Amino acid sequence: MAITLHVNGTARTIDVEPDTPLLWVIRDTLGLTGTKFGCGIGECGACTVLADGKAVRSCMTPMIAVEGSAVTTIEGLGRPGELHPVQQAWIDHQVPQCGYCQSGMIMAVATLVSDHPSPSDDQIDAAITNICRCGTFARVRRAIHAIGRTE
Amino acid sequence: MRKWTRRAFIGTGSLVGGGFVLGVAGLTFAPSRHSVVSAAGAGQLTTWITVTPDDVVTVIVPHCEMGQGTHTALAMMAAEELEADWDRVRVKEAPALDEYANAYMARPMMPSIPASLVRGVDYGTYRVTRLLGFMTTGGSTAVRGTGVYGMRVAGAAAKEMLVAAGAAKFGVAPSECRAQKSRVVHPASGRTATFGELAAAAAGVPVPSSPALKAPDTYTIRRTARQRLDIPPKVDGRAVYGIDFTLPGMLYAAVDIAPVFGGRLRSVDTAPAESMPGVKRVVRLDEAVAVVADTYWHARRGLAALKPDYDDASHGDVSTRSIFAAFETALGAPPAVGGGGARLITADYRVPFLAHATMEPMVCTARVEGDRADVWAGVQDPLNARSIAAKALGFDVEHVHLTNFLLGGGFGRRLPYTFDYVDLGVRIAKTMSPTPVKLVWSRENDIQHDYYRPAAMTRCAGALDANGALLAVHSTYAGGGDGESTNLPYAIADKKATARDAKHPIRTGAWRSVLNSQHGFFKESFVDELAHAAGKDPYRFRADLLGAQPRHRAVLERVASMAAWGSPLPANEGRGIALVESFGTIVAQVAHVAVAADGQVRVKHVWAAVDCGDVVNTDSAAAQVEGGVIFGLSAALLGEITIEGGRVVERNFKDYQMIRIADAPRIESAFVRSDAPIGGLGEPCVPPIAPAVANAIFAATGTRIRELPISKATASLRRG
Repeated sequence: MAITLHVNGTARTIDVEPDTPLLWVIRDTLGLTGTKFGCGIGECGACTVLADGKAVRSCMTPMIAVEGSAVTTIEGLGRPGELHPVQQAWIDHQVPQCGYCQSGMIMAVATLVSDHPSPSDDQIDAAITNICRCGTFARVRRAIHAIGRTE
Repeated sequence: MRKWTRRAFIGTGSLVGGGFVLGVAGLTFAPSRHSVVSAAGAGQLTTWITVTPDDVVTVIVPHCEMGQGTHTALAMMAAEELEADWDRVRVKEAPALDEYANAYMARPMMPSIPASLVRGVDYGTYRVTRLLGFMTTGGSTAVRGTGVYGMRVAGAAAKEMLVAAGAAKFGVAPSECRAQKSRVVHPASGRTATFGELAAAAAGVPVPSSPALKAPDTYTIRRTARQRLDIPPKVDGRAVYGIDFTLPGMLYAAVDIAPVFGGRLRSVDTAPAESMPGVKRVVRLDEAVAVVADTYWHARRGLAALKPDYDDASHGDVSTRSIFAAFETALGAPPAVGGGGARLITADYRVPFLAHATMEPMVCTARVEGDRADVWAGVQDPLNARSIAAKALGFDVEHVHLTNFLLGGGFGRRLPYTFDYVDLGVRIAKTMSPTPVKLVWSRENDIQHDYYRPAAMTRCAGALDANGALLAVHSTYAGGGDGESTNLPYAIADKKATARDAKHPIRTGAWRSVLNSQHGFFKESFVDELAHAAGKDPYRFRADLLGAQPRHRAVLERVASMAAWGSPLPANEGRGIALVESFGTIVAQVAHVAVAADGQVRVKHVWAAVDCGDVVNTDSAAAQVEGGVIFGLSAALLGEITIEGGRVVERNFKDYQMIRIADAPRIESAFVRSDAPIGGLGEPCVPPIAPAVANAIFAATGTRIRELPISKATASLRRG
C-alpha cells in the first residue's frame, strides 16, 4: 500500500507492505544509511530515529504506524552547514569510537535534551539505553552534561 | 599474527601536477634495523605519504579503522617527523589491490596520482602485502609496528627531501634550513617555501639512506590530544560501513546457518518463501539456506517462512556442561607444590565462551561476473578476506577485488580465517551472477555463528611459608593459553603453568585481548587469594613481589594512589586491584564496587594506570582505556555464551547482555611514561577489569568469585 510520511522535511510516498519496519525503508528504499541495523528487536537502539520529535526504534516501528508522521534521521538532525548541538558535543568530546551505534545514540540524546535541557544522571540512565560495544558511555555522559551547561 | 621482514625500504615517485609520493615497506620490529634503502623502481610500498601542490599531506595507512583511533595516530606519527602542519594532514586507508586488473581502485583513494604511476604503486602494495601474507589490523600492532617503523621513517625521509629541495631553491646548504608547519624555512635570510611548492622538486631528491628521527622531547604533535579525523562523518550519517554500501540493481540476502557447528543442510521446502513478495530465489548451500530478494526485509520474511532441516554433525550431545566436564578431567588433581611445612592454597576458576557482538553485523556484498568477482566488506584483513573469497569461488586471487570500509566494531571478529560471512556472501552472489547481492547477517546469525572467545578453566595451587611468604604457584589450564598470558610478573621462586588438552567442536577465535582475558582473571584472582591467605593487603602483597619489575611496580603504585587505596569505605563496598601485562603494555586497575542487599553488583568507579611506553594521541589513548574497561566489564558481569545440544543457546541482545550507560562506572586513567618500546592499547585494558571487580567483591563481602560471569553469583551475594 502507498504510505506517505515526511522524512527530514520532504514528503515521501512509499509503496510497501504496511508491516515493513521503518528502518528498512529509511535505509534501503530512501538510501539514508546513517540509521543503522543492530539487532532487529528494539534492544540496542542503533536504529533510533525521531518520529514527530520523539525517539523511536525504527527496526520495530511498522510503516503503518508512522503514516503522516514527520521522521527525522541523523542526516536531517542538523541544518545544512550547522550541526545540531548534540552532534557538535559529540565532536567536542570525541565520543564515537567505531561510530556504528552513534547515530542512534545521538538521536536518543536529542530527544532527551529536548525534554530535559540539563538532564540529571538518573534521567540519562533512564532515557539512554542504547548499546555501545566500544564503551563510549563515559563520554556520552560528559557530552550530555556539556550540552546542558551551554544552553 | 603476521611476521615482519627485517629491513625497511623507501621508494619515491613524482605525481603529475607537481606532487610526490613516498613509501616505506618491509617493516621491522627491530629499531636498529630501520636503515632506509633506496629502491628506485622497486616500488614496494605499504606506508605512503603524498604531498600535493595544494599543500596537503596525505598519509595512507595499511590498517582498518574500527574506532581505535589508528588512522589518526599513525598520521600523527608521520606528521610529527615530517614537521607537517597538522591542519593540512589527511589520512586514507590503503586499498587491497592486485597487480593487474584493479589498478583503478587506487584512483578514488589517490585522485592526484596519474594512471601511469598508479599501476606501479598498486603493484608495489600487492607485492609487499603478498610477501607478508596479511594486511591485518589486530594484536594491538598498528602503532607499535607500522607507526614506529613505518610512519616515523617515512615522515623523516620526506622531510629531509623537502628540506633539500628548499635549500636548493634558496641556494643554500640543507643544514641551514629546517622544516616547520609544512614549510621549509631558511632562518638566516627569512625565506620560506611551502611543502606544496617544493613537492615536485623533492621527488627528484635522492632518498636519504638514514633519516634522522626527532628526539621525543621535541614532539609537538605526538603526546598531545588531537581530534580524530574519522569522527566528524560519524556524527552526521556520512560514514560508510560495509552494511551501507549499495550498487544499482543490487539484491539482498538473508541466511539461516546450520545451528550445530559443522552441521549440513539435509532438506528444505523452498516453496513457502518462493511465493512471498519480492523473493527472487532460495539458495541451498551445504551448511545454510539463503533467501535472495529485492529488499532485505523481503529476504528476512522469506527466510522466516522456511523450516530447514540440518544434521548435527554428531555434535548434538555437546554442551557447556560436557565441555567443562572434559576440562575437569583434563586438569586432574591439583598441582603438587611446596614442601614440608608449607601452607597449600588451591582454587579452580572458570570462564565461559563469549561472542564479539560487534554492533555492525557481518555483511558482505559481492558481484560475480564470469571468473571475476568484486567484494565489499568490512574486515580486519582485506587481503586474507580476498583470498577466502577467491577460494570459495574457485577463482584466482588476482581475479577478486576487495574493498574495505570503516568497521562497526572488530574486537577480533573480522580477523584472518574468520571470514565465513565473506565465504557465504560470494557463494550466494555466484548463484545470482552477474547481479550484485548484499548478504546481511541477522543479530541471531552473529550471536550463534561467531568464532567465540574460548571457554577455559584452570586449577591453581600456591604455597605460603609460615610467615606468609609466597614460595610457589603452579597451575594447569584447559581451553587455551600461552607464555605471555600465563606469565606472572611477581618474584616467585617456583612458578609453572601447564597446558592440558581438552578438545571440543565449538569454533573459537581471537576476542579482544585474546588469551589474556581468561588468564588475566585466573592469575590476578589467585594472587589475590594468596594475599588474603597470607594475611596481607592485596596491593602491598603484589608490590612487595615486584622489586625486580620497576615498570609493573610503578603502575601498581600509581593506581593505588589514584584510587586512594586503603581509605575507608561504607559497608558492602570494596576495592579490588589487578595487574596484567599484554601486547607490550602494563595495566593496573582498581575497581570500587558496591554489593546491594539483593546481590546485585554495581561497579562505581574504575582507575587505570597504563605503561605503554609512550602515548601518541593522549585523548584517543584515554578512550581506549575507557573502552577496554567497558568491554571487559560487560563480559565480567554479564557475558556468557551457553552451548546446549551442540548449538548456541543465546540469540540476540535480550539474552546475550551487555552493560548500558546506567551500569557504566566512572573511569579515570593515567599514563606512566617509560623508556620501554611503545606498546599496544586496543586490547591491554580489557584483562585486568574482571579480576579487579572480583577482588573488590571479595573485599566487600568475603565471597570469592571463581567463575564468570559475576551475574551467576547474585544468589550467593544476597544478604538476609
